[in-house]
This record gives sequence, structure tokens and C-alpha cells, in this order.
Amino acid sequence: MSDIAAKKSARENPVVATNGAGRDPSHRDLAGSVTTRAPGSKEIYREDFDRQTSAPTWLQTLRQQGMARFQTLGFPTTKNEDWHFTSVAPIAERTFRPAAAGGVIEKGDIDRFNFGQSGWRTVVFVNGAFSKDLSSDAPLGDQVRVTSLASSIKAGTAGIDRYIGKIATFEQHAFTALNTAFMNDGAFIEIGADAVVEQPIHLLFFSDGEGVSHPRNLIVTGRHSRATVIESYVSLGNSAYFTNAVTEISLGEGSHLDHYKLQRESESAFHVGTVQVREERDSQLHSFSLAVGGSLARTNIYTSLDGDAATCTLNGLYLTDGAQHVDNQTSIEHIAPNCPSHELYKGVLDGRSHGVFNGKVYVHPEAQKTDGKQSNNNLLLSPTARVDTKPQLEIFADDVKCTHGATVGRLDELAMFYLNSRGIGPETARILLTYAFAADVLETIELEPLRVELEKMVLARFVETT
Amino acid sequence: MLEINDLHAGIGDREILKGISLSVKAGEIHAVMGPNGSGKSTLAQVLAGNPSYEVTRGTVSYNGLNLLEMAPEVRAQNGIFLAFQYPVEIPGVSNAYFLRSAYNEIRKANGQEEVDPLEFLDLVEEKLKLVDMDESMLSRSVNQGFSGGEKKRNEIFQMAVLSPRLAILDETDSGLDIDALRIVAEGVNKLRSPENATIVVTHYQRLLNYIVPDYVHVLANGRIVKSGGKELALELEEKGYDWLQGAGTAGAVA
Repeated sequence: MSDIAAKKSARENPVVATNGAGRDPSHRDLAGSVTTRAPGSKEIYREDFDRQTSAPTWLQTLRQQGMARFQTLGFPTTKNEDWHFTSVAPIAERTFRPAAAGGVIEKGDIDRFNFGQSGWRTVVFVNGAFSKDLSSDAPLGDQVRVTSLASSIKAGTAGIDRYIGKIATFEQHAFTALNTAFMNDGAFIEIGADAVVEQPIHLLFFSDGEGVSHPRNLIVTGRHSRATVIESYVSLGNSAYFTNAVTEISLGEGSHLDHYKLQRESESAFHVGTVQVREERDSQLHSFSLAVGGSLARTNIYTSLDGDAATCTLNGLYLTDGAQHVDNQTSIEHIAPNCPSHELYKGVLDGRSHGVFNGKVYVHPEAQKTDGKQSNNNLLLSPTARVDTKPQLEIFADDVKCTHGATVGRLDELAMFYLNSRGIGPETARILLTYAFAADVLETIELEPLRVELEKMVLARFVETT
Repeated sequence: MLEINDLHAGIGDREILKGISLSVKAGEIHAVMGPNGSGKSTLAQVLAGNPSYEVTRGTVSYNGLNLLEMAPEVRAQNGIFLAFQYPVEIPGVSNAYFLRSAYNEIRKANGQEEVDPLEFLDLVEEKLKLVDMDESMLSRSVNQGFSGGEKKRNEIFQMAVLSPRLAILDETDSGLDIDALRIVAEGVNKLRSPENATIVVTHYQRLLNYIVPDYVHVLANGRIVKSGGKELALELEEKGYDWLQGAGTAGAVA
């Protein structure tokens, strides 16, 4: 009888959430005092900045601009519209020193995170630094360059400075400014014109310890090229480190990139990850963002449709439990006309966890014939889980088709009874319905080994241990 | 097999069943008829264990077990099946996966080995023919995008696969055209056996031309106001529900 009663209390039909539904005003006040409570942290970043080894002039200048901007902006508070529902106090109040390079990762550890694909080109970073020993160098052809950013900077590879810092702007983004100030290593991927890279390129970032790393990646695709890049952020342990990653992507004319960002950090970790894209005409971006780890995590996927008929698909899935706080922000700038954009983000929240979705679609005056569709759906598995969802649409063109919507619901009571009445107990039914909720966004993952693993992850994630 | 004794049940403060008593033996088909709001569907839901309904009085014994203390999945594992009046859509879960999970959960609960997807496919193929459904429906999401008739046939298909001891059909005939009705009825008749019993809940006599009941019970205002043989259904069809409502419930309006 007791579990029937429990089911009953957890059941409620889906409701359409209003923008920013359920926000607790006290939350903001609490976070507003962050910077005054921890006056030291900005200075510590400054000290560590001054200790950095020298770099080429262009980079040195860029780093200095980043540091100056970070010092001015400081960590965002919840008074900042982009951080309304997320207090970064836990990051601002802690002292993170630069993470020690190295760390104890062995070849065998890679297998846990490569989706059973040891043949894929896997570029491994440990605490932000490239590890040649752990990386694999499956051949990708002459048209493809995959190197560490550090080595490319050192070698003076031409052209990097045309992109770095130009795509991921930091005027208004404190974390990007901070990343820029400490930019040193990451991946640099360049796909030549017309190259079709069948094999995915997997960037695997391991972290441990209690430090901070600032990975910086650059992906440049040539005309009519095609490639798949996975960024995984993982950990073997459960330490409270901080990853502050930035990826800049330039999509050349008619090129097509499948980009996967998989945030699977340790459950105590802090993660802020920004992926910022510029798309030239006829280019296609397929982005999938998974966020399952971290105690406090924020993912920003920003794209700018600069050229005629460029398209983007931004999909995402976040699964949270315990006391996790997982925030997803997306931004689609429709600059040029005739661009379709599609976005589907789904969240499953259990325990006392808190999810945030903030999706902006901005249609500039010249962007006629824009076709934008955005939705965010959330499933709350416990009465104490919470989600704030804020889809935003700003349109300055008159001939456009744009829709957006958000839902927040609980497991459907009737569906639950239907499954129960067929002999399927509440525990299995809950898993099945949760999986069903996430199924459509998982189906958009074209890389099969990845999809299979994420499907398993969803099925295993919300098994009640009681 | 099933002994219902003075069953009272409702939702919240609203009492819907006001003292139902009914005895169903193996091999029998019982039809429960009645006008809208008489409590027919509530009876079906309460027997299947829908937690939205609260039983306030009475007992239900099923093969010697106290049915009311059993969770819905335990009832199903013990051979009770409810064909829903409004089958539920579950986007994202395929019919095959759903039904195999159900089949295996029931087998597990009865100490039998689970079957793998291929064995299961063999098993369901002939059952699909029974309800004239194509194999492609197995890979579609449960009831999603199904027409009304397809949904009802899917219920009978599930029933055929799970082979329950006590099947309860809740207005399976409503909204069906005559062809679909025939298919559904044939399915039910083929599954009939001396070990099984069926309760057919319906508003119309029409279905009972195809599924011939041993007993007919007429429900009005939460009570059984008349019971009889299959001829009672015909009499009802002729005279309408008003005939009995006036007689049996002393002026109660359903």
C-alpha cells in the first residue's frame, strides 16, 4: 500500500511552465552578496595570471585583455540576467589554483569513456594539458590537422590568431574572459576544404585534484568539409575541481559539423563550458549537449548564423539528482536570412536537484525567412526537484516563422497505472517512462555507439536504490 | 474465481459503487451493462487496482486471495487483465518492448524464465493475426498515433499475449465500427477456455451478439439492479435503461 501512496503523491499531469516559473526570490538575494563575501578570489586569479610563462605577443595581449575584463566584470551574480537562476557563489568563494599537469590516468582508463571505440582518434588532456602518451593517433588523412593548441602556438602555426578570441567574445562573459586570461592548451582541429572525415575526433578531458583548468579548443572547418567532434569532460574520482572550458568553432561555407559536448564531470566538480560557433553560408551545425555531472555546472552553446541559409540544430539532455545544479544556456543569433534553427532540450530532475534552461533566439532585422523552433521539456521525478525554464524569442524581422515552448511535468499517473496493470512494477515503470521521455532527443544522436551508451546511461541513472 | 461482496468505492468524497456483489466462476462470461455514470467503468478500474479510486467498504476475493490488498502489478502477475476503455499512449516505448517487459515480469513473478526478443517475436506472431494487425505495429510507440480501432485491437492483442485468467473488457466496443467489433469479439472468443473468465463491461447490447455472455448484470447508480441470462441484454435493448432504473432504484437518477 505504501508505494501506491507514494506513487500517488508523485503524480501530476504535465503543466506548461511560464517563463521562469517557480523561481525563489530569496535565491537571488543570497547570491547577490557573493563577491563581497569572497574578496580574495579575483586577486588570486590575478596572482596566478602574473606567474604564467610568456607567450607570443598576440597571445600575451589577448590574455591581458581577458584578465583585465575579468577583473572588471568579476564573477556574475544572479542580478545578471544570464545568471538569474544560477548562483556561482560556490565557484567564486573557493580558491582554485591552476591544476597540476599530469595526474594519475592510465591507458586503461580511456576505455571507460571511448564508447568501445578504441579506433577513434582520441585526444586526451589531463587537467587541461595535452597528453601525447594517452592519446591515440588514428590516421585521418592529409586534409585534417589535429594538434594541441599549446604546440600550435609554440610552432607559430599561421592563422590561429584569426579565430582565437574573435569567436568567443568576452566583453560580457566573465568566465570566457577568465579562460582567455589563462589560455594555454586544448585542441586545435582544422578540417581542409572538401574533406569528409568519417571517423569522429574525440577530445577527452580528464580532471582530478582541486585545481582549475581552462581548456581552450579551436575547430575550423573548410568549405564543404564534414566532420564529427566529441568533447568529453570526465573524471575518475570525486574531487572538487573546476573546469572552465571554451571552444571556438568556425564553420566554413557549406561545411557540416556534428558536435557533441558530454559533461560527465565528478559529482563534486564545478564546470563552466562554452561552445561558441560562427557559421558561414550553407553550413550546418548539429550540436548535442549532455550534462549529467558536476555539483554546479553551466553549459553555454552559442551560435551565430552569419551566412545565408546556414542551419543549426541544438539538442540537449540533462539528468540531475542529489543536490546538483545544472544550467544550460543557448543562444542562436539569426544574422543572415533563410536560416532554419531547431532546438530541443530535455531535462530529467530527481532528488533536490535544480535544473535551468535559458534559450535565446535572436532574429536580426536582415534575417528574413528565419524558421526557428525551440522547445524545452522537463520531467520532475521528485517533489523537491526544481527547474527554471526561460525560452526567449526576440524578433526584429517581419517575415519569419518562430515558435518556442517549455513544459514541466511529472510522470504521467495514467501511463504509470497502465504499465502497472500489465504486470510492470512501479520501479521498472518509472525507468521505462523516464527513458521514454528522453527517447526523442536521444534518437537525434547519429553516432550509434554514443547513442547506445547514452541510452544505457538514462536507463541506469534513476534506479531507486531504496 | 472472483467473489465481490458489498463493494463500495469512489473518488474523494464521491461514492460511485454503492454495494456491488458479484460472483464469477471459471469458464464464465459476465456482461456488466448500464447507462453512463452507473459505475461500470469504476468497477473495472477498481478490480484492476487503479489507485485513483478508493475502496471504502466490502471485500473482493480472487482465487482465495484478498484482491484489494494487491498492488496493480501483482494483480496482473496473478492473471488479471484490464482492456482499457481509453488505452494510454506512451511515446518513446515500442509496443514490442512494452509487451515483452510485461510478459517477462509476469513470468518472473510466476517463477518462469524470461524470454529473449527473438523467442518473443515468434510467440506474438500468431497473436497478431488473431486481431488482424501487422507486425510493423510492434516497432511503433505504444498506442501513439493509433486510430481508435487500432488501440482497442492492441488491447485484445496484449490480452492474447498475456493470456490472463480473468479478463475485464472495459467498453472495448465503444467507438468501433462493425468490422473492428467483429475482430475484437473473435479475438475474445478464441481466447475463451474453461479455466478463464471474462467480464465484459458495455453500454450497448451490440457486442453481446458476438460475445455471448452466460450472465448479464445491469448496473444503475452504483448497484446491480438486475441480473439474468443473455436474454436480459435483448430485453434491455428493446426497453431501454429507463425501464430498470425506475424499477430497481426507486426513483434514483443516474
